Amino acid sequence: MVGFAFLLLPLIALLVRAPWRGLSKVLSDSQVLTALRLSLECASAATVASLVLGVPLAWVLARARFPGLALLRALVTLPLVLPPVVGGVALLLAFGRNGVLGRYLDSWFGVTLPFTTPGVIVAETFVAMPFLIVTVEGALRSSDLGLEEAAATLGASRLTVYRRVTLPLIGPSLLAGSVLCWARALGEFGATITFAGNYPGTTQTMPLAVYNKLETDPQAAVALSLVLLVVAVAVLAALRGRWLRGGATP
Amino acid sequence: MYRPRTVAVVALAAVALSLAGCSSIKKSGPSSANPPGGSSTASAGGSTTPAVSGTVTVFAAASLTGTFKTLAKQFEAAHPGVSVKLNFGASSTLAQQIDQGAPADVFASASPKNMQQVIDAGGASASTNFVKNILEIAVPPSNPGHITALADLAKSGIKIALCQPQVPCGVVAARVFSNAKITVKPVTLEQDVKSTLTKVELNEVDAGMVYVTDVRAAGSKVKGIPIPANLNASTEYPIAALRKAGNSAGAQAFVAYVLSPAGQAVLTAAGFEQP
Repeated sequence: MVGFAFLLLPLIALLVRAPWRGLSKVLSDSQVLTALRLSLECASAATVASLVLGVPLAWVLARARFPGLALLRALVTLPLVLPPVVGGVALLLAFGRNGVLGRYLDSWFGVTLPFTTPGVIVAETFVAMPFLIVTVEGALRSSDLGLEEAAATLGASRLTVYRRVTLPLIGPSLLAGSVLCWARALGEFGATITFAGNYPGTTQTMPLAVYNKLETDPQAAVALSLVLLVVAVAVLAALRGRWLRGGATP
Repeated sequence: MYRPRTVAVVALAAVALSLAGCSSIKKSGPSSANPPGGSSTASAGGSTTPAVSGTVTVFAAASLTGTFKTLAKQFEAAHPGVSVKLNFGASSTLAQQIDQGAPADVFASASPKNMQQVIDAGGASASTNFVKNILEIAVPPSNPGHITALADLAKSGIKIALCQPQVPCGVVAARVFSNAKITVKPVTLEQDVKSTLTKVELNEVDAGMVYVTDVRAAGSKVKGIPIPANLNASTEYPIAALRKAGNSAGAQAFVAYVLSPAGQAVLTAAGFEQP
């Protein structure tokens, strides 16, 4: 019960102290709208990137058998427990202008990631992709391999098996993983501010704007926090609905 | 069949999600400026329990990092048994933390404005200006942007890091640009002057606007390009013993030490000017 109060009280405080009357003014502020739009775009892009890169990796982790697999799995989940700021520093050392890979990106292609919107997406993908991988891998491991084999023996091509058997089997997890990944990307702070910097319009996402506004305009910071809270609740609601439906059609 | 497992995995991920959230919140708290302060506390062998007798907690502007570490060591040497706990950050951040009740005994701000915030909120009754600082352009040693003068910062394609507009170094930089009648579009607005300097040290930007004292403290890691005196701007640093200080006597003594000839000598040697 104390634990429940501990978790809930800060959120209630946020609601109680929210500047309800000034809310519309804060939310129509162009800098706030810019940050919100940037956050939604970057989190969505990071989720797409995570799907493209993460699902094949999840498949390998779930289905492949080779020495070092356990180590690989541990490494993949490392960003889950790594402090995001450390992730940001690591990204800077890898993709920064002086970075291990970044210096070649710069000198060969003229591409520099820090302080750009793609840099934000890279930071968010780094932090959020493991959520998708872990979720999808779990579903793949627990899904019945026999069903895929049965489909294959009945003459289905690999693509058909994937499309008609594997995907429907892991569908709910794929969606749940994507939503978790998206929510984590949306809330990303540490890696973003470290790797991508903080500039309105290009790299200042909502969490950065909240942090920034807390110093200049605490009321606006509370209002922005409220927006992120609403998004979080919506995500939870969406996930719950999906789980229930997932249960109805095994 | 697979569903309970799926839910368990999702739940696990959700726990990890909240954990990850925790760490990013921690970053946004006072601890963002803690590593320098923390390490100095550790080297002083002081206990980490806040504000009992014997520990003076000092909140100081990021630009005071090097000098205040030295001053703290000297102060500890002069007062055996006393340990100084330092917390560095943007003056605007520190002022806000003090107003929210952070347990500080002394506040040293890089701008009278942020000190006034604390005084207005009843955190201090009066302050004394103890040094003055001016700006300089910091570039990486290789000077990739070929910057030789202030006007070069207005060129397109040059990557510049500035402090956020509410942070003193951001305020002073804006005054310098207005004196020079140039418009500068930075790529990032950093939380405090040390993180602006770090972006230059890492060679991620072509230039940053920092204090002369930061350039000097960075040694060979950055190159300083002086700003002509008629275009430069300065900021005064006020210091105050805080009214709610848990260690009031310690706070007074530390302020007195900073204002003493010995304290001033440390600051002047680092490039600070008399107020």
